[in-house]
Amino acid sequence: MRTTLSRRRFLRLSSFTGAGLIIGLNGVDGKAFGQLVNLSNDAELVGVTPFVLIDPKGGITIYNTKPELGQGTFQSIPSLIAEELDLTLDLVTIRQSGGQIELGADQFSGGSASIRTSYTKYRKVGAAAREMLVTAASQAWGVPAQECITENGKVLHKASNRSATYQELAAAAAKLEVPKDPKLKDPSQFILLGKRIKRPDIPLKSNGTAVFGIDVEVPGMLYASIERCPVFGGKLISFDDAAAKKVKGVQQVITCERLIGKYRFEGVAVLADNYWASVQGRKALKVKWDYQGYEKFSLTAYEQQLRELAKSEGVVDHTKGDFDKAFAEAPTKLEAFYETPMVSHSPMEPMNCLAHWKENNQIEIWTSTQVPFSIKNSFSKEYKVKPEDITVHVQFNGGGFGRRLYPDYVHEAVQLSKKAGKPVKAIWTREDDTQQGPFRPMTFSAFKGALDANKKPVAFQHKVVSPSIGAATNPNYDKTKTDGGMTEGISEQAYEIPNMKNLYVHADMHVPLAAWRAVTSTTLAFSHECFLDEMAVKAGADPMAFRLSMLDSKQSDTKRLLEKLKEVSNWDKPLPAGWGRGVAQWEFFAGLAGNVVEVSKKGDGIKIEKVYAVIDLGTLVNPDMVEAQVEGAIVMAITAAIKNGIRIENGKTIQSNFHNNPILKITETPPIEVFILAEGGEKIKGVGEPGLPPLAPALCNAIFAATGKRIRRLPFDINKI
Amino acid sequence: MAAITLTVNNKQYKIDVDPQMPLLWAIRDFVGLKGTKFGCGMAQCGACTVLMDGNPVRSCSTPVTAAANKKISTIEGLSDSIEHPVQQAWIEFQVPQCGYCQSGQIMTAVAFLKKNPNPTEEQIDAAMQGNLCRCGTYPRIRKAVKRAAELMKAKPF
Repeated sequence: MRTTLSRRRFLRLSSFTGAGLIIGLNGVDGKAFGQLVNLSNDAELVGVTPFVLIDPKGGITIYNTKPELGQGTFQSIPSLIAEELDLTLDLVTIRQSGGQIELGADQFSGGSASIRTSYTKYRKVGAAAREMLVTAASQAWGVPAQECITENGKVLHKASNRSATYQELAAAAAKLEVPKDPKLKDPSQFILLGKRIKRPDIPLKSNGTAVFGIDVEVPGMLYASIERCPVFGGKLISFDDAAAKKVKGVQQVITCERLIGKYRFEGVAVLADNYWASVQGRKALKVKWDYQGYEKFSLTAYEQQLRELAKSEGVVDHTKGDFDKAFAEAPTKLEAFYETPMVSHSPMEPMNCLAHWKENNQIEIWTSTQVPFSIKNSFSKEYKVKPEDITVHVQFNGGGFGRRLYPDYVHEAVQLSKKAGKPVKAIWTREDDTQQGPFRPMTFSAFKGALDANKKPVAFQHKVVSPSIGAATNPNYDKTKTDGGMTEGISEQAYEIPNMKNLYVHADMHVPLAAWRAVTSTTLAFSHECFLDEMAVKAGADPMAFRLSMLDSKQSDTKRLLEKLKEVSNWDKPLPAGWGRGVAQWEFFAGLAGNVVEVSKKGDGIKIEKVYAVIDLGTLVNPDMVEAQVEGAIVMAITAAIKNGIRIENGKTIQSNFHNNPILKITETPPIEVFILAEGGEKIKGVGEPGLPPLAPALCNAIFAATGKRIRRLPFDINKI
Repeated sequence: MAAITLTVNNKQYKIDVDPQMPLLWAIRDFVGLKGTKFGCGMAQCGACTVLMDGNPVRSCSTPVTAAANKKISTIEGLSDSIEHPVQQAWIEFQVPQCGYCQSGQIMTAVAFLKKNPNPTEEQIDAAMQGNLCRCGTYPRIRKAVKRAAELMKAKPF
């Protein structure tokens, strides 16, 4: 797909005064990272997107391509470019890109992918720009380029005591070719990368000026609140809006469709000239729904079905050696069954979107989203408009956690604006957010493990029984195959067990399901690492020593991680009476982290005394941001382990708001100490998600150590063990 | 509809709204200050916390009429250039992640430290426990409130 952006349009967007240096990408068909090109003198910017822009009469602008959700990309991505330009961020204006098709499909925030997939490619953008500015200076001064240095936005030639700002050099640099293989800085010279640099968005988030999706206004807009069927899968029969229209401020009552995964759900929207009026109007609506039989759905009954399904063979996800034989012949065997709940994402900013479908069929969208590229691409197909006619203004996201990978709330606003003929801002209530999904699915797990005569693990089986995120999004989902999304990580652990056979059993589900921070690892790590603890107990071994014994034969990241955890937690040091400690680690697509948790008995329950975390990264951008992400992941993981989870009965979600779908409070947050393994080098692992999966198993293993009680079902009541 | 005069950050605003409208929406959509956030609508999360005559209130569950003749303070009125000690501590400890709940966190901390300039960790936890943060910035909020108390001692605000 090649698209045309008129130069005029682009320049207006960027307030660029012209005749400067612009470096970006050529057309990449929305997929791969394209060739870096000099865009400065293009009459028409065809299929290209700028990353860095040096305005001779203005400042230096760097584009962030990864929406900021709290994970720090507003700093980290521009830092990759700025580092190679020897620029500190106070010399730079950071702009958020808006899903330009030409920029490529990786223009999203998810999968802990931002740094691990972009570290070198964005550094090359900065390095190329720097090389061009240095060449321009050396040519103007008649000195060798290698005698020039760069600092603070200037090129310097110290021998002749000359200097020029990047802005002064931009016009000359704009005439040069972009170097194909620009030289990258030696890490020892870094001024930003790897340092504890303060984030540029923090002041904005400390004085109320950070603009989130919910904060955007345009003249003439209407506010919308949308009534949706309380029973998942129900259909709209009719509605009576007479009373709603009597509410002062209500302008229109119209329907819209919520597109979520493979589902389309109709809703009735009340549009008013202020949000409160739209909510009052909505309360006055009388809507008739056809529940389609889904009102009989009970999650309690569904869970019983999962337990029954666990008895079926399932499809093979991964095999090694001969599990069946090894298990049959082993002298010591154990089996266990683990269960986990559905949970909500509940970012603090409820879903919302402001959309304006204009008379010329151009669509302008202001929203908090993780996926601006996907919005432009998929909305273009759905609404039969050109991608370049869709403009997405990505705002600071008030949390994402996977929820904002799904632009269902954007679809609603776009349709409402088209029908209303005005800009429409649709805001979900917290009840909408809690009750309508999508939810992280549950996984149930059946385990078999066996030890040989020397109490060494010889056979291991993890059978996952679950509905599928893939099936909820893909209408052509193949139930006869294993589902890597739902067996995530279970065959990737470094433990050397000679005979393994992991299986998957699919269960149908009609409720929208979604990726949730750290996805299926958040439930599978719990069961997997708790069952390994059961094996350790059966073997009479220390849980840390038992794990390390399965990592003996070669060096691995997991071994290194566990050794670090053992050291920082003083694993071998005795604890006070009534205390216990547990360990768990998890490696999956996003990265690798581990926890040691210490707990104590307190009354009928348990107190979490301390959490030690180690995350394995290789190379990182900002250690402070890494620590913040791991701390936050642990808090979120404790919520998922000990708070309610989502229950559905009579087809409806029971929980509605934070009073019955609570999240952890500051008073419940234990001291957390984070350690980072980062020796530099080629290896780069993810930051946002890996801190989450090991917490629940480490906690439950600690509870076993303290009390002898094995927890095999989440959530559990920590005040009553 | 009711004509109401709101005093927000020492400025007066005359608005004409449904008397049942929560103060939150009056502040956001009629006064036009967007720093105060909507999180739950039922006083469960604290994202909408503002000060009314110096006391923290949940503006999502306070009818706008209850705020007439009171002095309302929002995050925007805290300081001119982020120099309030609580804001300074928030920056020093890099507290916010997504940042959405932080206006409420900061306003709660400001009111708390005014009443208790020498808080213990337990008192900080107790004072802040009504403000939820899904990103899990609690460990840093703890440190920052403590630090803000120190800063305020050195330089009262």
